[in-house]
Amino acid sequence: MNRQLSTQRQTLYDSRNPLVRFIDFAGDRVLSGISGLGSATLLVWETWLLAFRRPFQLNLLVHQLFLIGVNSIAVVLISGLFTGMVLATQGYYQLIQLSAEGTLGKFVTVSVVKELGPMVTAFVLAGRIGASITAELGTMKVTEQIDALEVMATNPVKYLVVPRFLACAIMLPILTLFAIVCGIAGGYLAAIILFDMNGLFFLKLAQANLFISSIIISLVKASAFGMAIASIGCYKGFTISSAGGAEGVGKSTTGSAVTSLVTILALDAVLNQMLHVIWGLQ
Amino acid sequence: MIWIENLWKNFGNKEVLTGLELYIPRGETLVVMGRSGCGKSVLLKMITGLMKPDQGQIWIDGEDITKLTRKALNRTRQKLGMLFQSAALFDSMTVEENVGFMVSQHLKLSKHEIDEIVAEKLHLVQLDGTQRLRPAELSGGMRKRVGLARAIACNPEVILYDEPTTGLDPITALEINRLISDLHRKLQVTSVVVTHDMASAFSVGTRMAMIHQGQVIAHGTPDEIWKIDNPVLQQFIANENHHQDDDCR
Repeated sequence: MNRQLSTQRQTLYDSRNPLVRFIDFAGDRVLSGISGLGSATLLVWETWLLAFRRPFQLNLLVHQLFLIGVNSIAVVLISGLFTGMVLATQGYYQLIQLSAEGTLGKFVTVSVVKELGPMVTAFVLAGRIGASITAELGTMKVTEQIDALEVMATNPVKYLVVPRFLACAIMLPILTLFAIVCGIAGGYLAAIILFDMNGLFFLKLAQANLFISSIIISLVKASAFGMAIASIGCYKGFTISSAGGAEGVGKSTTGSAVTSLVTILALDAVLNQMLHVIWGLQ
Repeated sequence: MIWIENLWKNFGNKEVLTGLELYIPRGETLVVMGRSGCGKSVLLKMITGLMKPDQGQIWIDGEDITKLTRKALNRTRQKLGMLFQSAALFDSMTVEENVGFMVSQHLKLSKHEIDEIVAEKLHLVQLDGTQRLRPAELSGGMRKRVGLARAIACNPEVILYDEPTTGLDPITALEINRLISDLHRKLQVTSVVVTHDMASAFSVGTRMAMIHQGQVIAHGTPDEIWKIDNPVLQQFIANENHHQDDDCR
């Protein structure tokens, strides 16, 4: 039966009709896409289940918190600072046309807290951490280390995915807070140094527009971005074919970073709608 | 101990195992031989539960592992130890952490007790004092021996070897063969050795099986295997011996 089906499929594929070949190609892509999405969803589901099941390996979590969090602080701080500076510079030239340059503090604060803080942090970590997770797990896969874990009766999802998933979910919001502070500081520095604005006025406007609900939205989004980065990184690493070798690891690492960036943007759109419209958070 | 019944496995259009039957009695060292791609490593992956067969059963100690839940399968896996072809050592860990990994994961022992087990197993594979080294600092033969120490760390009832001498020079290969025989004698375990290295096969095996076209075409003690009048088997043994002679020259 299987052989008959595969022979029929082979005949279709061998067809010289371009339309048949296109449909075959497109169908193959759609099916593998759906299958991949299904596998990724199952991985996330299993990760959630195992995260709350004993034994809790805190040492692995602490190690990942250090690798993901502490080692990323510098790059997040620098990215946040420059983002705030660029935002203030661009914002000033736009606002001055409306004679509203005095509201620069509000403009920078709202933008950094609601969007740029979590987004910049997530983008930095997608490149730094997501890709590194894929490369690490991918190398473990092609060198049979993940098989060795399984044979030693250790669940690779529990041992490798859960600590990375939790560490990303915890550290992204913390790093986002750092990015927000640095973003506002960058905007402040640009305002007083480049545009000779009143620093105190800038800070008062910033403070007046710093709502706890906005910060909550930002942190919830950051946590969701962290989960997405870890899940995509782990999934891409786990699904490298053992025969893929170094080339397979390279391709999956690039794929992981690109998929994470697109997913962050899509997730941002969805979460904004959910948090603002459905739950009415401002 | 291990009974494999009517095992089938296809990869796409390629039929790898076609109703394979095999029995491995307790305490024996069975060598599984066959050409590259004949399904030897696939068979090992199925015995460890890393791969599911399309059809058939694998009984280990009276349990059909093809039907076990993950939890039950992990309990059975604690009776197994496996030496991978590439040793598959965790490169982010030291030798000590590699060898003690399974012990620290599954047995509630103190650090001191784990250290003692690690030292004992490293002594068995003649690698005393290498605890602090990392896999990248080891030669191919040493990596295999650390892999072997890791495989026996939890005193398994069954040890599986995937091409234990592949990629090693003849002298190191001979040392690994001696080690496999020594461990079999000292630990009284059941072993399954997958190899196409005839010197290794005849040196370590107490029973041998030849896989061809997805089935076992010959099975017996090394003496019986020499006498079996099967052209595929005899050609395989003769060619592999010839290749090894060429390699030595």
